[in-house]
Amino acid sequence: MNKLFTAAVAAILLGTAPVLAQTTEILNVSYDISRELFDAVNAKFVPSYKASAGADVKVNQSHAGSSKQAGLILEGLEADVVTFNQVIDVDTLAKGEFVAADWKTKFENNASPFYSLPAFLVREGNPKGIKDWADLARDDVKIIFPNPKTSGNGRYTYLAARAWATEAFAGDEAKIEEYLKKVFSNVPVFETGGRAATTTFVENKIGDVLITFEAEVLGTIKQLGDDQYDAVVPSVSLLAEFPVAVVDKVVDKRGTRDIATAYLSYLYSPEGQDIAGAFFHRVHEAAAVEKYKAQFPEVRLVTVEDVFGGWDKVKADHFAEGGLLDKVFVNQ
Amino acid sequence: MTSLDAARETPRAVAFGTSRARKPGRRHLLPGFGLTFGITALYLVLIVALPLAAMLLKTFSLGWPEFWRIVSSPRAISAYWITFSSAAAAAVFNGFFGLLLAWVLVRYEFPGKRIIDGLVDLPFALPTAVAGLALVTLFGPAGWYGQLLVPLGVTVTHAQLGIIVAMAFTSLPFVVRTVQPVLEDIPEDVQEAARLLGATPFQVFSRVILPLILPAFTTGVVLCFARAIGEFGAVVFIAGNLPGMTEIVSLLIFIRLDEHNYPAAAALATVLLTTAFVTLFLTNLLQAWQLRYADKSR
Amino acid sequence: MQINPADASLPADPRRPNSAVAWGLIGLAYLMAGAVLLVPLLLIVVTGFREGVGVYLANIVEPETLHAIFLTVLAAIVVVPINVGFGIAAAWLVTRYDFRGKRLLITFIEIPFSVSPIVAGVIYLFLYGGQGLLGPLLAEFDLKLMFTVWAIFLVSLFVTSPFVARELIPLMQQQGGEDEEAALSLGANGRQIFWHVTLPNIRWALLYGAVLCNARVIGEFGAVSVVSGAIRGQTNTLPLQIELLFNDFNVTGAFAAASTLALLAVLTIVLKSVLERKTGH
Repeated sequence: MNKLFTAAVAAILLGTAPVLAQTTEILNVSYDISRELFDAVNAKFVPSYKASAGADVKVNQSHAGSSKQAGLILEGLEADVVTFNQVIDVDTLAKGEFVAADWKTKFENNASPFYSLPAFLVREGNPKGIKDWADLARDDVKIIFPNPKTSGNGRYTYLAARAWATEAFAGDEAKIEEYLKKVFSNVPVFETGGRAATTTFVENKIGDVLITFEAEVLGTIKQLGDDQYDAVVPSVSLLAEFPVAVVDKVVDKRGTRDIATAYLSYLYSPEGQDIAGAFFHRVHEAAAVEKYKAQFPEVRLVTVEDVFGGWDKVKADHFAEGGLLDKVFVNQ
Repeated sequence: MTSLDAARETPRAVAFGTSRARKPGRRHLLPGFGLTFGITALYLVLIVALPLAAMLLKTFSLGWPEFWRIVSSPRAISAYWITFSSAAAAAVFNGFFGLLLAWVLVRYEFPGKRIIDGLVDLPFALPTAVAGLALVTLFGPAGWYGQLLVPLGVTVTHAQLGIIVAMAFTSLPFVVRTVQPVLEDIPEDVQEAARLLGATPFQVFSRVILPLILPAFTTGVVLCFARAIGEFGAVVFIAGNLPGMTEIVSLLIFIRLDEHNYPAAAALATVLLTTAFVTLFLTNLLQAWQLRYADKSR
Repeated sequence: MQINPADASLPADPRRPNSAVAWGLIGLAYLMAGAVLLVPLLLIVVTGFREGVGVYLANIVEPETLHAIFLTVLAAIVVVPINVGFGIAAAWLVTRYDFRGKRLLITFIEIPFSVSPIVAGVIYLFLYGGQGLLGPLLAEFDLKLMFTVWAIFLVSLFVTSPFVARELIPLMQQQGGEDEEAALSLGANGRQIFWHVTLPNIRWALLYGAVLCNARVIGEFGAVSVVSGAIRGQTNTLPLQIELLFNDFNVTGAFAAASTLALLAVLTIVLKSVLERKTGH
């Protein structure tokens, strides 16, 4: 008993949990709402890796707003892989030389195994009649979405609202800004992560509409019952890719590159895609697409490349200090 | 539990660090000066001074205009206002409630007294996150208190009232524990004399007792206020954290960190640190006052 | 500070409430203490056990929660002895010698008390973080502090460093150094003086400080949340785990963890009042 305790203490101090010897651990640092998804993925990945590579592996998880997580990695959080919800957060790591500059080419589909889109969650029966982005600027509507400064989820919401406004106001920048300012002023609280925003909406009962990824919208309804909430998919939304990357700096140091790569590849496998679909993420693999088709309504998706000219431009124009986001982010 | 048990800071206990009992010429009689000085100084440098210096360095690197821009932004100002006004309200509440409890615990014998005396320490022993969880559940629309209050139009959760409740709960023991020992020290005959001279009970309290406990009482209220300013765990659970409405300074620092906006986090943390220094200075002054008072009343 | 009814040596106990005002005040105290203190405590414990002891235990032995308990206990085991050692050294230094800069030293001992826990976390981030003052240097040597259990230990050390010293200093100042000096004149050496003279005099106050220090280490939230990195089952202490479970919509799990901490708090109070009587406060 004593020895066991000592061993456990030694293990914890070395940063490895007290599990059986020879188990390699990797850390997946992820965005906030992917908690349940990666719980399920890890449970299936471990036996699958054991079967194919013959080695024991344990995957640890950390969840918070995607940009916050990128910041923590720069400060020293030792992630073997990142599964983020936004290109710029991985780019932040590339700039800090934590991941390869060409990370997008390392896995298929721009290194994004699945995707989603900003959608609306409203209270049962949609009492405020919120149908589309235009309704968000109404005086009687209170909106919840996470802080675009800390959360990729929140940034997609900003960009999707802007994409809609750009079409609706035919590119009239003054009108677009006026609309976005109104939307932002309708937000009583900006939580730092997607899940905290959901909690605010469902537990604390603040707001008339929650804007978050479709996966979270549908997952919340499944978990809390469709007699309490309804999903609303707006007329147009933005393709939200969920990029993944191996953190080279860490895996090279820890010797975990093979596992890390296998883990991310697993997300593209039929099994991995099936789990992602089951957690309401839109997927690419044919069988999974077919299986989960019914749960996703048709929606017209625009891309960051089409509307905003790519992520680099988005980052410089919108999210830089004093950029377009700061102009409309009235509550910050 | 921040300012430990303020109970000890009684007039009887010699004020922290004043060495009035010391006679000259006894400086290093006992062995161990080198050892204890070495340990203390090294530890303080490593654990306290070095991290503080790292943050101050970061703040200084901003330069004055940038620093001022950050700490005087509208959002920061409203965070100060919310934090300080809530802390003041909590301190006032605890001033009354603490005085009442101290009075009752010292003056009367009654069933359940020991339990109440023990309960007073609860806010120091209970982790603040647990306190926050308890309060948000109690005062939520479906909670035991919320069910009663919400129909009356009183919302506590996600309102400034919630911040005040959380702050008042976590800083409750200070006033009780500073006033209690002083009250015990007031000799019965002082009051007896006043009564014999024809003073009404109210006069006895306001003319005799209140002046005697005033320094300790003020110290307790200031400690309470200081603790409330720094409270984080309990407040974030209940406050709702709306910028400009229910966002306290500690939370704003936390958000700036999350945004990876380190200069802002450093500048705001420096503001809180300065506040802490000022209160520390103030409590030390108050304790010195309390000591002189205690001497006079003997 | 504890009033002991047994030693009220006055003939007729003047402390028996005998007026309507007295009973009114007592009633108010009952009401307030009940509503403000007892009810929140009961709520936590009742909710934690609402679905039965079985469900409570099942939630506690969830690997991540169990690990959080383990880590929290470990932090206390590491931090409390160190701060006890520091507290003794600092109290001895402050109460037994006069020297230049003593006031400054005392201020430094007291600082962690008045600083917001968030600030405590922030200062460590600016020191050891990847972009902090010493972070790059540590990285050179492949040392990692931030977002490991070491960072949790360090901020806990900072936050609770004054606890033991604050208990000992007033007591040792009051006692004065005469006993030690007498022992010295009888030929005792420093170690003997400490073990046979000083320690017996301060042992209850020391224990009392350690109990308070322990309670705070176990409950620390703000400072730890800045430096933990929130790796599930790795760097989550019990208070952080409560927030995490709450955000996972696992309210039962959150309350199970919370009631564990609440029971620990009750234990702390009991220990504290026993020690209070021993120290004669």
